[in-house]
Amino acid sequence: MSALIEAEHLTRILPATVPVTLVRDVSLTVGEREFIAITGPSGSGKSSLLYLLGLLDRPTGGTLRIAGQDTSAMDDDALARLRLEMLGFVFQFHFLLPEFTVSENVQLPMRKAGRLSAREMRERAAGLLEELGLAGHLDKRPDQLSGGQRQRVAVARALANDPHVVLADEPTGSLDSKSSEQVFQILRDLVRKRGKTVIAVTHDMDIAARADRRIHLVDGGVVSDERAAPAAV
Amino acid sequence: MRLILELALTHIAGRGRQTVVAILGVALGVGFSIAMAALMQGTEKDFIAQLVDTMPHVQITDERRTARRQPAEDLFAAAQFEGLRPKEDRRGILNPAAAFASLRSWVPGRMAQSLRTQGVVRYAGRDLGVSIVGIEPEIEAQVSSVAADFVQGSFDALRAGGNNIIVGDGLARRLGATVGTTIQVVAPTGQSRSFRIVGLFHTGNTARDEGETYVLLKSAQILSERPNAINDIRLRLDDPNAALRVARQAEAELGYKAVPWQEANESLLEALVVRNVVMYTVVGAILLVAGFGIFNIISTITHEKARDIAILKSLGFTQGNMRRLFLVEGLALGLAGSLVGWLVGFLLCFALSQVEFRLSGAGVGRELTRLPLFWSPWHYAIASAFALISSGVAGYLPARQAARLNPVDIIRGAT
Ligand SMILES: Nc1ncnc2c1ncn2[C@@H]1O[C@H](COP(=O)(O)OP(=O)(O)O)[C@@H](O)[C@H]1O
Ligand SMILES: [Mg+2]
Repeated sequence: MSALIEAEHLTRILPATVPVTLVRDVSLTVGEREFIAITGPSGSGKSSLLYLLGLLDRPTGGTLRIAGQDTSAMDDDALARLRLEMLGFVFQFHFLLPEFTVSENVQLPMRKAGRLSAREMRERAAGLLEELGLAGHLDKRPDQLSGGQRQRVAVARALANDPHVVLADEPTGSLDSKSSEQVFQILRDLVRKRGKTVIAVTHDMDIAARADRRIHLVDGGVVSDERAAPAAV
Repeated sequence: MRLILELALTHIAGRGRQTVVAILGVALGVGFSIAMAALMQGTEKDFIAQLVDTMPHVQITDERRTARRQPAEDLFAAAQFEGLRPKEDRRGILNPAAAFASLRSWVPGRMAQSLRTQGVVRYAGRDLGVSIVGIEPEIEAQVSSVAADFVQGSFDALRAGGNNIIVGDGLARRLGATVGTTIQVVAPTGQSRSFRIVGLFHTGNTARDEGETYVLLKSAQILSERPNAINDIRLRLDDPNAALRVARQAEAELGYKAVPWQEANESLLEALVVRNVVMYTVVGAILLVAGFGIFNIISTITHEKARDIAILKSLGFTQGNMRRLFLVEGLALGLAGSLVGWLVGFLLCFALSQVEFRLSGAGVGRELTRLPLFWSPWHYAIASAFALISSGVAGYLPARQAARLNPVDIIRGAT
């Protein structure tokens, strides 16, 4: 099992007159095909850790390697490139661009990467959306969809460039239980069927219980990191 | 990148009314600039054309640029002169016939020679100082603009008799004289003769209309007791722009001061330069104001679309992409404004060209006037360049700000 993400003593302190420690000395290794839930009380630094792992924020201490590459020496453009190719994000709020259609939103990262033809991008977006049960909504605007549907579009967008890791910050936080279950199934299938690694921050104990690995944070530090047998569900 | 352009247009389209205002701001700036430049350059060209029309293109007088050296100065290292006076007054162009003939051999254009002197005209108890120009009527008519300004008579009328004189209408009015009146002319030499007025001219230049008289060259030479003397040669060139070159050559050849029209009107031409500076300053100011409109809309967009910026960055868009996005938005507004501005400018120029007005007291034959407008693609290009630069800066400032935005701050703020 090769390591996708290797964090050593990762620390993030907000500089201020009274510095705030968001993430405290976190060391962990994430391999392929892992389904990880990050749990912890509100304000324990779950989101902050996810932003660090997702290269949206830079640590103030420790090292972070993605697919073997040390990220501390990279400039912002190199980090952006790595995000584009390796990582996909899903946030609590869908963050779709309201002026673009569902299909166009999913194509955005592909267009940025610029590897596919216009037709290939359209077909790939349609394929992803179909698999996520949105076949009939390709040309709708985000505001014509329900919350659960939008979150699934966001998942499709995160998968646009076929990333190795999908990072999700409370992806079901604003959904009803039925939609939550749907999104959970999708995330789990990403691991089971597509071989992705998913790291999901969640408050939902039911979801956390069904993950392969649970990392519990308190005050920015890891207090437990346990694996469960994949046959739990 | 097409994607950036598409995103930019989406943002702009999302702010319909503000966009229209920003584009109109630039358009008016560009349009007024174009109309103003056309008017400024048009009046300038018109002004110079009139100047060139009424002035001799090159005037050669009997003065020299530098004082003539005395033989003593060449002989001794130091010399001081006291009370030195010429034995004989030899003012005037030496050997005028030869000088005139040699000029005629190469000067591209027409030329006239004359003797210019000061005098006093006297009539009905009134004395007025005037300048007396002795001319040869047939060639003067080809060179002088006064030929076209006659109210009564013409240069030809001088030939009818040795004691004929032509005066400006202002002078005639001040003397209370008219055509046919006989007036007395007194020269500085003390010579005094009677002349009969055979012509009146009106140039529109008060100093000339009230102070210039024309007589036959012979009469002037007699009045000033300088037979065969000439102190003024005026050239009218086929190409007025050749004046500088011709003047330099004539001066080198004759040794006398030859003044091209550009030199004679240096201060006026400098005033035109100042006028252009003023114009470009105003144009720049207008477009700067238009730039504020663009700055305003782009700033609004960057604030409103902070979430989009954050999400695009999290997807892998770089700072450079974000900067370009808003820069493109600014430039797109500037470009749209420019294009509309061209139309505004064109229509303004057309409207101005239709304006007719009467000039009160203007000279004969040019009473009904239109605004002189000069059309040049440069006016359009320069106005657009100004507009694009200003909109580029107006887009770049908020763009830089937006690109630096940390996506984490926004995403955290939203949750
Ligand atoms: N910009 C900031 N200024 C001050 N405190 C902050 C800032 N951002 C986050 N925090 C604090 O850092 C801690 C960790 O936040 P976060 O990572 O969002 O926790 P979680 O996602 O687990 O709720 C919280 O206590 C939060 O209030
Ligand atoms: Mg959080």
